[in-house]
Amino acid sequence: MERLHWVQHRCRQLLAGDSGRGWYSTPNGLPNKSSLEAHTSPHRVGGKRRTVFARHGPHQQEYEAVCKSYKGNAIRTTKYSLLTFIPMNLFQQFHRAANLYFLFLALLNWVPVVEAFQKEITMIPLLVVLVVIAIKDALEDYRRYLFDKKVNNNVVRVFCGTQKAYVDQCWKDVRVGDFVRLSCNEIIPADMLLLYSSDPRGVCYIETANLDGETNLKQRQVVLDLPSQGAEFTLDNFHSRIECENPNNDLSRFRGYMEHPNGVRVGLHNNNLLLRSCTIRNTETVVGIVVYAGHETKAMMNNSGPRYKRSQLEKRLNMDVLWCVLLLIVMCLTAAVGHGLWLNSLKDPLFQVDGETSPALAAFYVFWTMIIVLQVLIPISLYVSIEIVKLGQIYFIHNDLDLYNEQLDSRIQCRALNITEDLGQIQYVFSDKTGTLTENKMVFRRCSIYGVEYPHEENARRLEVYEAEKNEVAAVDRSVTLKSGCSRKSLSCRSLSCNRSSVSLHTLTAESDEEDQLSNHIHPRTSAFCSRVAKEVIPDPELVRKLSWLCSPMLPLSDSSSGTPSNLELTYITDFFLALAICNSVVVSSPSQPRHVVPEARTPLKSLEEIKLMFQRFSFSPFSALSPPQIKGSPRSFTSRLFSRGRTGSSNFSTPPNSNATNESEPVQESNLENLNLRRKLDLSSIVEAGHGGQVEERETEDDITETKTNPDGARLDVEELTKEVDCEGDSDDELLYEAESPDEAALVHAAHAYRCTLRGRSAESLMVDLPGIGSLTVQLLHILPFDSNRKRMSVVVRHPLSGQVVVYTKGADSVIMDLSETPKGAEQAQEIYSHIREQTQKHLDSYARHGLRTLCVAKKVLEEEEYEVWLKRQLLAESSIENREELLLDSAQRLETNLTLLGTTGILDRLQEEVPETIEALQKAGIKVWVLTGDKQETAINIAYACKLLRPNDQLLTASCGSKDTCTALLQDLKLEVQCEDGSTELTAAGDHGESSSGSGDGFILVIDGRTLDWALQEDLKSDFLKLSCRCRAVICCRSTPLQKSQVVRLIRDQLGVMTLAVGDGANDVSMIQVADVGIGISGQEGMQAVMSSDFAISRFKHLSKLLLVHGAWCYSRLANMILYFIYKNVMYVNLLFWYQFFCGFSGSVMSNSWVLILFNLIFTSVPPLIYGVLDRHTPADTLMELPELYRAIQTTKVYVPYMFWVTVLDAFYQSLVCFFVPYFAYAGSDVGELTFGSPINASALFIILLHQVIESHTLTWIHMLVLVLSGGSYFGFVLLFSLFCVTCSPPTNPVGVETLQMSQPLFYIVCALTTVTALLPRLLFRTLYNTLHRSAHMDQTDSERYRKRMQRWNQSHSRANRVPVCADNPALEPSTASVVS
Amino acid sequence: MMASSYNAKDEDGHITVTGPGGGTLRSKKPENTAFKQQRLPAWQPILTAGTVLPAFFIIGLIFIPIGIGLYVTSNNIKEFEVDYTGVDMSSPCFNCSQNFSWNSTTPCTCTIPFFLEQPYESNVFMYYGLSNFYQNHRRYVKSRDDSQLNGDMTSLKEPSKECEPYAYHDNKPIAPCGAIANSMFNDTLELFYNDPNGTKVQIPLTNIGIAWWTDKHVKFKNPGAGEANQNLTAVFQGTTKPLNWRRPVYELDAAANNNGFINEDFIVWMRTAALPTFRKLYRIIKSPSNGMMPTMPRGNYTLEVVYNYPVRSFEGRKRMILSTISWMGGKNPFLGIAYITVGSVCFFLGVVLLIIHHKCGNRNNSADISN
Repeated sequence: MERLHWVQHRCRQLLAGDSGRGWYSTPNGLPNKSSLEAHTSPHRVGGKRRTVFARHGPHQQEYEAVCKSYKGNAIRTTKYSLLTFIPMNLFQQFHRAANLYFLFLALLNWVPVVEAFQKEITMIPLLVVLVVIAIKDALEDYRRYLFDKKVNNNVVRVFCGTQKAYVDQCWKDVRVGDFVRLSCNEIIPADMLLLYSSDPRGVCYIETANLDGETNLKQRQVVLDLPSQGAEFTLDNFHSRIECENPNNDLSRFRGYMEHPNGVRVGLHNNNLLLRSCTIRNTETVVGIVVYAGHETKAMMNNSGPRYKRSQLEKRLNMDVLWCVLLLIVMCLTAAVGHGLWLNSLKDPLFQVDGETSPALAAFYVFWTMIIVLQVLIPISLYVSIEIVKLGQIYFIHNDLDLYNEQLDSRIQCRALNITEDLGQIQYVFSDKTGTLTENKMVFRRCSIYGVEYPHEENARRLEVYEAEKNEVAAVDRSVTLKSGCSRKSLSCRSLSCNRSSVSLHTLTAESDEEDQLSNHIHPRTSAFCSRVAKEVIPDPELVRKLSWLCSPMLPLSDSSSGTPSNLELTYITDFFLALAICNSVVVSSPSQPRHVVPEARTPLKSLEEIKLMFQRFSFSPFSALSPPQIKGSPRSFTSRLFSRGRTGSSNFSTPPNSNATNESEPVQESNLENLNLRRKLDLSSIVEAGHGGQVEERETEDDITETKTNPDGARLDVEELTKEVDCEGDSDDELLYEAESPDEAALVHAAHAYRCTLRGRSAESLMVDLPGIGSLTVQLLHILPFDSNRKRMSVVVRHPLSGQVVVYTKGADSVIMDLSETPKGAEQAQEIYSHIREQTQKHLDSYARHGLRTLCVAKKVLEEEEYEVWLKRQLLAESSIENREELLLDSAQRLETNLTLLGTTGILDRLQEEVPETIEALQKAGIKVWVLTGDKQETAINIAYACKLLRPNDQLLTASCGSKDTCTALLQDLKLEVQCEDGSTELTAAGDHGESSSGSGDGFILVIDGRTLDWALQEDLKSDFLKLSCRCRAVICCRSTPLQKSQVVRLIRDQLGVMTLAVGDGANDVSMIQVADVGIGISGQEGMQAVMSSDFAISRFKHLSKLLLVHGAWCYSRLANMILYFIYKNVMYVNLLFWYQFFCGFSGSVMSNSWVLILFNLIFTSVPPLIYGVLDRHTPADTLMELPELYRAIQTTKVYVPYMFWVTVLDAFYQSLVCFFVPYFAYAGSDVGELTFGSPINASALFIILLHQVIESHTLTWIHMLVLVLSGGSYFGFVLLFSLFCVTCSPPTNPVGVETLQMSQPLFYIVCALTTVTALLPRLLFRTLYNTLHRSAHMDQTDSERYRKRMQRWNQSHSRANRVPVCADNPALEPSTASVVS
Repeated sequence: MMASSYNAKDEDGHITVTGPGGGTLRSKKPENTAFKQQRLPAWQPILTAGTVLPAFFIIGLIFIPIGIGLYVTSNNIKEFEVDYTGVDMSSPCFNCSQNFSWNSTTPCTCTIPFFLEQPYESNVFMYYGLSNFYQNHRRYVKSRDDSQLNGDMTSLKEPSKECEPYAYHDNKPIAPCGAIANSMFNDTLELFYNDPNGTKVQIPLTNIGIAWWTDKHVKFKNPGAGEANQNLTAVFQGTTKPLNWRRPVYELDAAANNNGFINEDFIVWMRTAALPTFRKLYRIIKSPSNGMMPTMPRGNYTLEVVYNYPVRSFEGRKRMILSTISWMGGKNPFLGIAYITVGSVCFFLGVVLLIIHHKCGNRNNSADISN
């Protein structure tokens, strides 16, 4: 429901944004002269609209002129074509700084004076990167191309002008102005105006799941006032011209008009438009004219690329890269200066090639040469590697079994590919409540009507049982039953309803089975709306009794303690359930009875008339609740007859008046009551009647008591029967499927159904409802004022089936309804009763909220005909206006929803998802602050917070809820002081165990702040106070917050505190929050897909968050951080070798290795191990991380990629390169060693050092690591050996022939390598050892026990694998060998 | 940076055309394999004092003996060095070094006497050593044409650009081209043994086998090497000698198999040295075939130098080195000492770790390692 608000909000924003450029005239025939005058010139902005004619209609020429410029329906989502691929792709790639740098280097190398390597060689890195990315792009594009081809070649039936018939055409051949005929379950190929629907009321249903993931059906209306309305659409008579706005991407807006040949203009709205890629449902045939095609459709224009977020780590990495650049420049400058000085000191040396260049110029050249030589220092390949590593990490996250939801058959979706490591850095979690912490499977739990509470104990028990049962039953079984039982059924019923099209449907699905995650995602979700829990409501016996009294008035209830309902109360009850059943936008369907066919034929119109008559006849004595003896004789048969529901209802209907001579017939009485009630409220003068009612009540009580005495058994039997019947009805009536926009609605409809008040069907103008004891009734639906979260309520305006009056039923948030429902003026007694009801209801509301139930109030209002007429006029005006439509509608709705009569309230249970408390606890232990931002009311929010252990019993609640800004300022100050002094005192007492308090246990403050106060708190001047206050609180609960506020809060925390934030939510109202947060997580729950669509990761349960953060986040972070460090280390280490050599070659930019080796060293020989390291390393086992969430924090603070680690790494790299250069240097100094011969052991030992360094740094080594390490080493030696064997003149001028073969045949080579490697790695090894030994001793107990446990597990595994019974799991002494292996 | 081009599968803009059937009933459940669930059996190298100290001891125990071995070996190598640059006035070559000019036709000869304290057994290697000679200068290193040296006829006539400015002289291609060839060491060294009885015996110097086999046979080839009776003079017709050379390349040596590009002195020179102070093998003094006599007995020797090569301009030095070699090459005490040092350090660290392990590890591990 909150989603709707959001949409509305968006709409309003959009409308406000373009109100200036509206050019539409109001459609003719609407009495809005002023607006007509204001916007009379439709041609004002000719470029901003499009005109559409029928393609094969009579306006051929105009069509040709106009529609030529419109795009066809073929789509092309590929970025490139075969010809443009190379230039385009190159162009795209050179937009990246990294590639430009490469290019710069390659070009630099073409300048002869600075040339360092052969020209080709410097281009290799560039080429490799370009080719890799190009291949990836090409594959992606090819995939898109295939998909486009498939979509373009879908077949649809299009009207052909020459054959005068519908012929099959491909989607791509559809043009603007074509008439397209679609059948049920077909997908709409382009945006078209609905011109004909086989539905008699001219509506059709579409499912927009492909667009926004919502599975509930949306109703679309045929364009009004078509000349050929009704009959099968003939195209010859379509002479109209369509004017509409130019293509835009606003899905919720479509404006235009259709001008008929006679000059009449008909306004076109969004609900005339069938959007591309939606699916036609429940309508046999529709015909539409295409107005937007191909890329101009709203669906295509809404395509936007994937979002790109830069991770925190990457930002820091950029910092480090800058340091690297600085280092590079320093090194190059050193070389340049050195070269200049060196040249200066030389006089005409023999080896001077070019003696003319001045030392300064030569130094300048050397600077650039050195940049080429030391280019590896800038870890360009790191960026590519990070991409690859993240893909690998995503792969593993995606494949995690623990993040898989059996019931929905959905895995985690990773939508942002480059922020995996941010998951390991989260400090704040902002969570939505509904659907995120809770299941958002609304279950009717209890209700209060007429101020009387019906606790529904049975229902509560059932819910508990269900939960327990659910825990026991294996998940697999459940998923099967759920799926087959519910979703499959609903699917089959859909396709059943339209046999013909189901064929095409199946071919379609067969084709595109793999494509979509959405579809698989959605279908189970649909089933969730009609899940068993939500459906089965066990009625409260008390209420049943009262209802049954209604059904069989001659058998008043026996239980004296509960009292008997008064007529007034009964009226309330009936109205209450009627409101539950009809005040919604639920679409009903059943397999036997397709949704769009409302059995209007059965409407008991005649009997309704009779009832009215009757009711008028009896209206003068409505309150004589006396049981006639005739009926008393056969009570059972009568009730059962009345209860034989559905189709027979109407036939039975006529019986009561006949059979009952007195006024005690069921429906009659009800209508009487109804009528009385309404009248009483309307005619304020009905003091007598009201007084009457009061008297009647008393009288009734007496009567009831006497009745009770006379016939106690019958009543009980009756109740039993009723409950029994209800029970079995649950089975028999399963076919009725309710598809609601929000789960609350579904829950309420199901609840009403449980009380036999069943919504049977709906159409645009009427609703069909079963009422207990009355049977099927058709309620004429006059208006639906849909939910919006400004009003926080929805209403239906109906003509009451029995009284014939115009009645408004309103359902909405308690605060609003309570305000709007005023005490009726007039009779004191009535007032008294009414205020008593209000009081009681308020009490119940509070108690519901305390129990964490979502509350909704139900109210009604009876309108006088004149009153209705007045309102209707305005409403029609509002509906038909094009400008400010929303505002006018809102206004109109608000005008209507006043002076309501409170009927009662419902408490809907939204159960917590499984393991939510555990997850929150774990997150808090991990040092993450959890905030709950919800639109719910304060009490509910607090209660849920208790339930999910966000709040603990000894926590101190700080409630901030104030009415003005000044009070808010004061309050914040007060709270801050309070927290501060409390903090001071606790700090004194608990100074010792800082660790405890930081990990989130112990008492804390919980700030509860409501929406209004939050508004003030977020203002500039109070921001800092709010921040300080919230920082001191362990958790913050923001209730009654709007989506905007949610995002504001997240932004505030993110920006002001500079922390990593994560937002998790499931509905459209969370979208902005999800987008603002550093990491946005969508829960693919019950409320559409918007949250998922805008999220970075989409999970299906809240509990997955803990594994995602604690394990994957921690892993990804440490992996990536370590990999980056390692990469930088690797580059610095290797490049420094070259740098040291400059001191021995006159800083001339010489290198001691073959340039091939130099380039490939980074590109091939040492490129894979870091990747493996980055993807596979596990610094701590998963279960340890899960069990000790504190480690999450520890990883953040201790082993982090902190700045000093960068310098430590660089220093270590310097040391290692020094060793790696100078050990060979001293070993070969003064000998006859050649340049390449000297480089050979240096390269080899550098390789060993780099690889072994990784082994030391790795936390886990698997066979994959080993394999990769061996292959890396092998590839180097293989390459250099082959090179030295076969490369005779291939690599001038440094010719490698024979160098390596000779070197490797000499023992000195190995001796040098061994010494170098060991010496270089000693400090790192020692550091690690000491660190682990000394540092770990603090964590020793934990990790040791952990290792012990692990060892036991492994022991068990290995032994059970060997088919041995694990003798004694907790006695490792039995198997000393395995233990020692591990230790 | 690059992720913007990656598209997640479900979001590259397609509105997927999937019917409500949802396709197959295939479950999306991830496979429960050790790899996919990241449960691969892994060795977790938890480097603690306890686990690492054996490694330190082992390294220490291996390195120290190796170091001792290297040290002893290095010490057994005999090496003798004579600096004949002629910087000092007292030096016999002072005059030659002062009056040097590339164009002088009369060779300047100087004689340096020296005394070998120890007899040199087996083959003795005679090197010339240059100091402060940056053969590894970037421009210098590149200044050669490998395909010309490999006997490629076209490269002979059209030397690579890399050789500039030593590619052409008087519009004739230089063979061999480039700065390296141009600056070839051209002193002639001769060694005489002053017999105790007064006679001056010239020591036979072998100039075959001083270059690498691969260089001589694979990398360097005279142009037209495949042809039967090649005439080097004819082959090099149309080329000119490098500027600083006194003789053209086809007159480097009398022996046919050591002339032209495959002259071993030339080959040795062409393998550029890694460091500015280097030595290059000049000749080998083969041990007498009977093996009883030392190759170079203890005694007085004379080195006769035809002083052609100027090094004064860049403060270079020229040396003549006599050395025996072992399996580890020439004399180099560094490696032995380094091995011993590193080995000792490792051993010492091992002890330290042992202590640490005893103090820290024991307390915590007592419960754990009990089994």
